Amino acid sequence: MTTEFEPKIVGFLCRWCSYAGADLAGTNRLKYPSNISSIRVNCSGRIDPTLVMKALALGADGVLIAGCHPGDCHYTNGNIKTLRRFKLLQKMLDQFGIERERVRLEWISAAEGDRYAQVVRNMTEQVRSLGPLNWQRKMEVTA
Amino acid sequence: MTKQKLAFNWASSCGGCEIAIFELGTGLVELTNKAEIVFWPAIMDYKYQDLEAMPDGNIDVAFMNGAIQNSENEHIAKLLRAKSKILVAFGACAYTGGIPALANTTSRDEIFANSYKETPTTVNPEKIIPETKVQAKEGELTIPEFYNTVKTLDQVVDVDYYVPGCPPVGEQVSKVITQLTEGPLPPKGSVIGASDRSLCYDCKRVRDERKIGKIVRTYQTIPDPQKCMLEQGIICMGPATRGGCGSPCLDANMPCRGCYGPLPKAIDQGAKMLSALSSIFDAQTEDDIQKIADGVADPIGTFYRFSMGRSLMRRTKR
Repeated sequence: MTTEFEPKIVGFLCRWCSYAGADLAGTNRLKYPSNISSIRVNCSGRIDPTLVMKALALGADGVLIAGCHPGDCHYTNGNIKTLRRFKLLQKMLDQFGIERERVRLEWISAAEGDRYAQVVRNMTEQVRSLGPLNWQRKMEVTA
Repeated sequence: MTKQKLAFNWASSCGGCEIAIFELGTGLVELTNKAEIVFWPAIMDYKYQDLEAMPDGNIDVAFMNGAIQNSENEHIAKLLRAKSKILVAFGACAYTGGIPALANTTSRDEIFANSYKETPTTVNPEKIIPETKVQAKEGELTIPEFYNTVKTLDQVVDVDYYVPGCPPVGEQVSKVITQLTEGPLPPKGSVIGASDRSLCYDCKRVRDERKIGKIVRTYQTIPDPQKCMLEQGIICMGPATRGGCGSPCLDANMPCRGCYGPLPKAIDQGAKMLSALSSIFDAQTEDDIQKIADGVADPIGTFYRFSMGRSLMRRTKR
């Protein structure tokens, strides 16, 4: 019996916008895939590249970072700091051979429950079509 | 008092760590008065059989430099572990993978293709690449197997202490040898011969406000010797690198390349440096940020120049 591949996606959601947006998606009973495990962080600016890479190295197939729209950050410019880091991280992940669809940065406000659901649906399908990342196994078998 | 027995050995390395031991100078003569060197193939005629013939735990302190890139490296690492009471990963390659671990950005097949077929100076009409076994008239000949992924010493055997550096600076080498031969011994797993603070803490350059509009590479400019490298747009690994080396590179007006490895609580040196560098980008919009980020020509080779083997990802997807 073959079971269909279910992607594992780790979501780092900012407390003030995106996590509240995810909450709204829930209270509005919007349907989105259960493939995402969301982690609430105080600000998207708190997402160190170490966290993203650790998630990928330990078995995540994709990572979503979501924060407030530019200009809306609760801490003035935490999301711009994320953007700076993300652009450089993206360039480095290209070198590692990790497809851009696997690691995404999205701006989702507290009012955008539908957008959150849409992003998760879209990302889950994209990662599903890319297939498993399986980084840990890759490190072992290619020893 | 019986003399302490010391051993030095190398795996996949350039030999610079062996030279680092010679930086002891006349101290090396004094060392031989206090300790006996029982195995050091780089400078004297020792054979692997000499090591195999020793009883287990015979060596008091063994210093192993170099990364593990083939089956010979791994075999000797295991052998040396069995014969030694204390095994030290000596130098950046043994500790964090060093320059050899940059091979993890490619694969064995690509390395062989490049080295044995594609380089312009190679003459190899029969396209021969190394095989581990070959049948000759005299019988079967073997050479060690070349690994696809380069490993650090502690990914192969249990390691007691780590000495960072490419190579470790002379002053620290002398301290480390004294500490390990005379005691008191630090807790197992310690990084010795380095400080617990970042290199920036020891740096004599003046820091003002760090904000950069573009990345400058070392060949494009002559840096101001008084000012912080990062403020001048030059990527200096100082913020993400352990101090203790005495900053010889910065004294020579070159940026830190990160050979002393990650800071004590950092999991991944490259990720930390990426974070530190992007935080000083003086740009607000996506396009401006992208322009500065594009100035980093080779992120892996820059941020993981010495620490690919000990990084979270360890290798690229190939």
